[in-house]
Order: sequence, then structure tokens, then C-alpha cells
Amino acid sequence: MLVQDAVRNDAADRRRLLMERSVPGRTGVTLPAPDVPPQPLPNASLLRDDLELPEVTEGEVVRYFTHLSQLNFSIDTNFYPLGSCTMKYNPKVNEAMAALPGFAQLHPAQPTEQVQGALRLMHELQGYLIELTGMNACSLAPLAGAHGELTGILIIKACLASRGDGHRSRMLIPDTAHGTNPASAAMGGFDVVSIPSDENGNIDLEAVRGYADGDLAGVMFTQPTTLGLFDRNAAEMCRIVHEAGGLVYADGANMNALLGRVKLADLGFDVVHLNLHKTFTTPHGGGGPGAGPVCVNDTLAPFLPSPVATREGNAYALAAPPQTIGRIGGWYGNFGVLVRAYTYITLMGGQGLSDVSHNAVVNANYLRVKLRDLFDLTPDRVVMHEVVFSARKRKGARALDVAKRLLDYGYHAPTMYFPLVVDEALMIEPTESESKETLDAFVEALRRIDAEAQDDEDFLHGAPYETPMGRLDEARAAREPELRWRRPA
Amino acid sequence: MADSPFTSSYIPNTDDDRATMLRDIGAASVDELFEDIPADLRNPPLELPEPVAEMDLRAHMEAMAAANKHGGERPSFLGAGVYRHFAPAVVPALISRGEFLTSYTPYQPEVSQGTLQGTYEFQTMTAQLFGMQVANAGMYDGATSLAEAALMACRVTRRYRIALADTVNPNYAEVVRTYAAPQGIEVVVVPPGSPGLDDETACLVVQYPSYYGYVEDMTAHERAAHDAGALLVASCDPVAMAMLKSPGAYGVDVATGEGQALGIPPSFGGPYVGLFACKQDYLRQMPGRIAGKTADSQGRTGYVLTLQPREQHIRRERATSNICTSTALIGLWATIWTACMGKRGLRHLAELCYQKAHYAAERIAALPGYSLPLDGTFFQEFVMTCPKPAAEVNRHLAQRGIIGGVDVGDRFENGMLLCVTEVNTRAQIDALIDALAELR
Repeated sequence: MLVQDAVRNDAADRRRLLMERSVPGRTGVTLPAPDVPPQPLPNASLLRDDLELPEVTEGEVVRYFTHLSQLNFSIDTNFYPLGSCTMKYNPKVNEAMAALPGFAQLHPAQPTEQVQGALRLMHELQGYLIELTGMNACSLAPLAGAHGELTGILIIKACLASRGDGHRSRMLIPDTAHGTNPASAAMGGFDVVSIPSDENGNIDLEAVRGYADGDLAGVMFTQPTTLGLFDRNAAEMCRIVHEAGGLVYADGANMNALLGRVKLADLGFDVVHLNLHKTFTTPHGGGGPGAGPVCVNDTLAPFLPSPVATREGNAYALAAPPQTIGRIGGWYGNFGVLVRAYTYITLMGGQGLSDVSHNAVVNANYLRVKLRDLFDLTPDRVVMHEVVFSARKRKGARALDVAKRLLDYGYHAPTMYFPLVVDEALMIEPTESESKETLDAFVEALRRIDAEAQDDEDFLHGAPYETPMGRLDEARAAREPELRWRRPA
Repeated sequence: MADSPFTSSYIPNTDDDRATMLRDIGAASVDELFEDIPADLRNPPLELPEPVAEMDLRAHMEAMAAANKHGGERPSFLGAGVYRHFAPAVVPALISRGEFLTSYTPYQPEVSQGTLQGTYEFQTMTAQLFGMQVANAGMYDGATSLAEAALMACRVTRRYRIALADTVNPNYAEVVRTYAAPQGIEVVVVPPGSPGLDDETACLVVQYPSYYGYVEDMTAHERAAHDAGALLVASCDPVAMAMLKSPGAYGVDVATGEGQALGIPPSFGGPYVGLFACKQDYLRQMPGRIAGKTADSQGRTGYVLTLQPREQHIRRERATSNICTSTALIGLWATIWTACMGKRGLRHLAELCYQKAHYAAERIAALPGYSLPLDGTFFQEFVMTCPKPAAEVNRHLAQRGIIGGVDVGDRFENGMLLCVTEVNTRAQIDALIDALAELR
């Protein structure tokens, strides 16, 4: 008992916040003395002396943050079968290239003649993404996936307005869509209409036809869908929407399944955003930075956000498209993320990217057949990059319990309770960077968890047991929000 | 694939593995798995380069990087919202740990305490720097953070006009317009001295210090906004806040900022992190993620993402914002940098910037043909007017191996916005003065 308490105190001690460690007089950096003659400070009424910041040594910072890092799961340490998140291996060379001083030390306000290498990289990356999607133009400016969605929506809005169709207000979104889709449409000023899926998991074309009128702005569509299915109605849906005068946005979050297999433009989509932090191996960083470039066809090219990289002969420049929606972020996009994606695409080439979709889809289907006796699967058809099971037939164990118990086995949880149309959803995306051995071990872990649930219905409710922390009380956090350190009264 | 000469080091399955797996799946070939794709569109030709070995890639990338000139190899006096500050080696060393770098958004708090506690530290740091009550986990960058703050002010006040001071960074102003327009929100540009707000104005948006480097009368801003029943939204430089009175002390309602200044490399415009803080009253209208303190099943202190019903994955089209993946890692970077600087270090660093910038300004003002058109207090940036247009001056400076300032000729004839921080040595400043003196 005593020993356990001592250990617990030690664990809490190692997690003391920076301000709780602060000791006046300590510092974590040495800075030079002024090398210019002293200048008079501003009037004291403009100055402050109330700023509280920690006073800690460099060694203490290192030990604290290293300890914190060890409380995380990550791709570098664990298999992360997180559906729709494409948590694949992030090559280390990406980091080394983004850190090259010629990229990292570049100021965005430098004149174009000083940044030709950076502009060339951007221009070539635009070209690669255009080729992969079959579109005609690309902007690298959006700073994340949802930011790319918003950009796509604003482009659609601007195009409709230019056609005298600015009154079109209705944006159709399948009920399987990620929450960012309706949120982005709302930020774009559209009214969201939820569209059901048919019994095969494809979009319900009759429902789309029902809205194919003069008020239709367009559709936001994820291909493959969040059910992991290639929607066979997509091309027909695009045709219906275009005939009614609307435009179709493709959420490219699940592009990993399609690299080299089909070009989204060929299916009839007008605009697509890509998540460089999914398909193109830039690290997720615990919640960003990402990048969400948008690619568009000729119809929408004039409306791209400013600026885009252009080339004339061997000279590169930045230019605003003629009917641009304007600036969507402070500068030109998350350039450091673009360098990483460019590095990856260059290493892989067309051949390597084509191998990605093959292996990602083989891995997902392997898990589908290996796990379908444990979980419900409707419809049970060939999937693309991910497979969505329902945990509802499991005795005594909800999706949440299975997911939490997986953490004890050293696997990150699958995406849970999404998409909303699947009861007790467990959404599993293995990606191409996992081996058959890893997948077999993961299947074995799920079988053991199943056996645990059969033995003792309550056991899983208490999981996880072996992680750095047990289940956390989210209700308490929301009831009395404590969102920062404050000096104890 | 079998006869492919290229094997990616990122894809483990061998031909044998795939053959075994396909047998279990019950498919005769990999292609069979893609039959849902219309046959006439399947497997289109891809015109992309051949794969490259890492060794050759490095040479290619290094050549491209070498085609750029940058502030790491020569004096640079560019600012305009992106500031070069010294970052000790410890910061990138910690940030590059795979457990931080390659983790996902902390939706599973039991195995994400590192990210969550780091976020809590970031929120504490942001709130302290701005003297505000609460802060979120960060936005994409300073510009989008300001735009989201203006939208939030519209939600809070249920008014749909944004008054934007004409001394706000023009890029930020453009982003505010991009965000406001689709929701039918009007943006009016106002002179900060007499903003002329009315009872339909949701907020007065200012920059502190202004885009031109100077400290505006924040007390007057506060009175103008609140007298009209509007909120005061201020985009603030976090490093200047180590010296200057905080936005919270002036009664600012929503304080935002570009976190890049907290030791993040300029990296040609991103990735950065948007700082976002507000008064407690507006907490539930805040966009973005928020980490909160709680306890686990054994009563131990831990952290979770909280107040999630504001967010898109719960509220969908009624969310406070569509933001999802943001820039958590850059927020952590800023947090570690600020922890290393600490209370005294950051003040010292801010004063170095102030002293050097004022030394440079004093010497420029004494040069024939140059003058400082603005009066008042500035921090580390100021406008100078030159004997020739700024573009011409910059070309001359480039010949002397110096990266000059930003052209603000649209507002000040032959005007240039110059920035001096602690990374500029006196020798660099003196070289700048000498080069400027060559132009008459």
C-alpha cells in the first residue's frame, strides 16, 4: 500500500504543470546583452509588470515534456486503425526536408526573385495534385481539411453568383458525411439538407432527384464514403446535379483508396480537397498542422483563393485568379506541410502512389473477412480503404468498451460511433503501411477481447486498465470547466 | 506490381503476403477489389515522375532550397506579422519526438495525456500573455483566428457589421472579408481614431501594435466599442505582450494573435498557430478545441477535450466553426519556446527587440532623404519613407546582401515597413544604415 502511494505521488509529481514547477530566478535560455546604446523605454502607463510565465531550467523542460510525450500513443509507437484518419507511417525524411534552412527560414514577404525554389516546389506540387485528381487547377492555400472544404464551398458560391444563381441556397450532404461538411456549408451561408443512403450504402438517387430544382446549389460528397465504400451512384448523382444547375464538391479525405485507380474529375466532380496529412504522409501532430489543397475543373478555376503559384518559362510567381474568392489564410498555405507532401510524392512517384491504394485496399478487405464473424457488417461488400463494423451483436460490450480495451492491448482505438448511420460503429482503417503480421495480431487481440466479454459482461466497462490513465470523467470537465492554470487563491 | 523494379520502404506487404491475403479475401486479384469503379474510368494513366531513391531526393531538394535566399544566411528586416526570433535547440529536439509528432487528435484521452496536458499549458500561456480569462487550443494562424473572432462577435451580439480599423494587417483584413461575406456580414473599414460605430456594429477590430508597428490608443478603442454596445477584438503580437500592457487590462473582449512569433520558423508563411482568447462570458461561443482538467476512474488528475457540443462533430451545421484539425504541434512548439524563455527571458527578449528597433529608427531618421512619418510609441517595427520607392530601395539592399522591408507605398509615399528583432545584430543594423545612405 505504501509503495503504491509513493509511486502515485511520483507520477503526479512528474506531471506538475510548468507554473507549479516555477522557481523565481531560474531560466531555460541564455540571451545576449544589448549591443546597441540604451534607448528610452515608453511611458510606464503603456507597460505591464503582471505577466506570469514559468521560470524553469532547460533540463527541467526536457524532462517534463519528454515524460508527457511518453503518455501518448502515436504512429511511431502503435498501430492506429483510426477510420477515415489514414494514420499511415510518416517518413522521417519529410521532416528533414522541411527543416532545410532554404525552406524553413524563408519569409513569406520576400520578393519573388528570392524565393524561386519555394515557388517551383509549390507549382510542381499543384501539378501533381492536379494529375492525381484529373482536375485543371489547384490552390495550396487551405490550411487543413475543413479549411479546404470551406474553400471549396466558397468557390461554388462565387461561381453560382457569377452565373446569376446566387439565390441557390440548398446544399445536399449524405447522412454518412463527416461533421465538418455541414459545418463548412453553414459557414458558406448554405442551408444543409441531409440525404440518406440506399440499402447498398450508395447515395439515394431518388432523394437527390427530389431536390434537383432551381434552389439546388450543390452536393458535398465523400468518395469513397465514410462507410469505406466506393459509391457506385456517384457519377449519376453528378449528372443529375449538373443538369439542375448545381455543382458537386468531393471531400477527398479518403483519397488513399483512389490513388491511380480513378480520377475524381472523371466521375464528374467539380472541386475536391485533399488532406496532405492523411494521404500524403505529413504528420498529424496531435491535431495539426495539416493542409487541405483544393483542385478544381476549368469552370471553377477563376474562383480559386489567392494566390496560386504560376510559371512562365523558368520564372515562378504568385498570382490572384481573375474572380478569386480572396485570401483564405494569412499567406500561401502551410508551406512546411507542402514540402513534406512534395517529398513523399517525389520519393514514391506514380508507381509508388499506385501501390499505396492497392495495398491499403487489400489490408482493409483482409480485416473485413477476418473480423466479420465477430461483428455485424451491413452491407457485406468489398470495401476500399476502411471497413465499418457494428458492435451491436456483441454480448455485454459496446463499441466504446471494445475500443477502450484495445488500448490495453497496445492498439489505438478505431473511430467509434461514426458514421452516425451505423449503430455502435467501429470504423477501422489499416492503411498500406501496416504488415500482415500486425493485422493478424490486431485480429487476435479483438478475438481475445470478445472472449473476455463472453466471460464477464462487466469487465470491459472498466477498461482500459493498463494505460497511463483510466477512463476520464468528461462530464466533470464540462460541468465546471477548468481550462488553464491559475495561481491558488 | 510483381515485376515492378520499385519497392517502397513504406509498404511492408510482399507479393507473397498479398497472395495469401487475397486468397483469404476470396479475390482472384487486387484489381478485382476495385470493380465498383466504372471500368472505363478505372486505372487511368498517371503522368507523374518515376520514384526516386532517398539519396537522390536529398540532392534534388537541397538544390531547390538553395535556390532561395533567406534570413538565416543574411540580414533580414522583414516583419509584417511574421517575426524571426531565436529558438534554442531544445525546442525542435522536443517537438520532433514521434510521440508528439505522429499522434492523432486526442480523442482517446487515456493514451493522449501528453498532447492534452501540452494543450492545457498552451491555453494557460495564451491566457497569461494576453491577460485574458480563457483561451482555446489554437486556430490555423493569426489571420483566420482574427476572422473567427469577428464572426464570434457577430454571434455574441447578434449584429452583422464588422468595423475593421485600417491599420490592421491587409492580409488579415482580406481574410476577415472572405469569412464574413458568405454569411451576409458587412465589413466596413474605419480609421482607428474615429471609428464611427453604430448600434448595428458587432465589433471593432484593431491590431496591437498596429500593422505599422505603433501602439494605438487602446483605451479609446475600448470606449468606442463598448459605448456602441459592440465588442473590442484585438489581434496582438504575443512577444510585444511581454512588455506592453495586456489586451485584457484594456478590456478587450476577444484577443487573437499570430503564434508564429513564439519561436516558430517563418517557413514561407506556415504552418503557424492562431492564438485565441476571450472573456469567460463568451466561452461557449468560442470556436475550436479546448482542453479541460478532470480526473480519471482512480481520482488522478488528467485532461480531456471539453465543451465539445460547440464543435462540428457534434453540432454539425450549428457548430461555432467548422474547424477540426488545427495546428496542435505548432501550439506545443510555442509553449515549449515560451517555457524556455520564461518570465524574465521573454521580457529581456522583447526589450532587445525594442532597443535595437529604436536604435535603427534613430539612425535612419538622421539620414538625409529618410524620415519616420508616424509619431508615437512603436515596439519592433516602424515605417520609414525613403528617397526612392520601396521596391527600388529593396533591390539596392539585395545587391548589398540585405533583405529589406515591406513596401507600404500605398499609404506612405516611398514608405517601407521595417522590423528589427533580437536576431539582428548591431553590425547588421549598421550595414543596413550604410546601404540606405548610398541612396539619395
